[in-house]
Amino acid sequence: MDRVNPEISIERLKNATVALINEEKILQEHDIQVLESSIMPLIENSHGINLIMNFSNVKFLTSSALGLLIRISKKIYEVEGTLLLCCINPKIYQIFEITRLNEVFAIFESQELAIESL
Amino acid sequence: MVLKAKVQRSIEIKNDALELGRVCRQILQDVTSDGFSEEEVFAIHLALEEVLVNALKHGNKNNSDKKINIEYNITKNKFEITVTDEGDGFEPEHVPDPRNDENLCKTSGRGMLLIRSYMDKVEYNEKGNSVLLVKNRAK
Repeated sequence: MDRVNPEISIERLKNATVALINEEKILQEHDIQVLESSIMPLIENSHGINLIMNFSNVKFLTSSALGLLIRISKKIYEVEGTLLLCCINPKIYQIFEITRLNEVFAIFESQELAIESL
Repeated sequence: MVLKAKVQRSIEIKNDALELGRVCRQILQDVTSDGFSEEEVFAIHLALEEVLVNALKHGNKNNSDKKINIEYNITKNKFEITVTDEGDGFEPEHVPDPRNDENLCKTSGRGMLLIRSYMDKVEYNEKGNSVLLVKNRAK
């Protein structure tokens, strides 16, 4: 597993690129910029990438993080790839439900289920 | 009957993200040590992050010369906070609903929805530069 920086680790499993977020809290601008600068280069020039973002370590996030996910999904769309989210804890999943983003993103209970879906 | 506040603070800070982070941590420490549940602390944390960043970015337009005033108190029944920025204010009722289909894929605009969802009371002043948030303690 490659540790891109303290905030994120990258692993290639079968036909997927798995980005494990190491941060417990994704708060405001600084956290967002660090994550964005780690993830966007993975997508650029990766036509058809299957990116799985694993949230198992994340216990808290703000609306700024939701904005980042939308930007990532738009970038994935540009390269005709697939974005899957997994291992989102119930409190954070509730934020997705409130904002209806659970209807926008493909969200899986486990990383294995996300990989199997590809 | 008016309940006496167990914790009562008034803080004025610079319009700076690090300052906001410091105040946010202090408030969370206060509510945690006062016995609010994990779910309540999560709700207060989320609303705080959203309301403080709104004041910093949208109210004070990231202007480091401006200030944010924060007053909060904790009683037996609730946590109550008023956040006031030095901006021109806004009309909260005119903020588009991010749950509408046409807004679902926008990259911003969800903060107020989250604040309203997690707080028991959200009340803006007439100018729209000051907001009162209340989180009741579970009985």
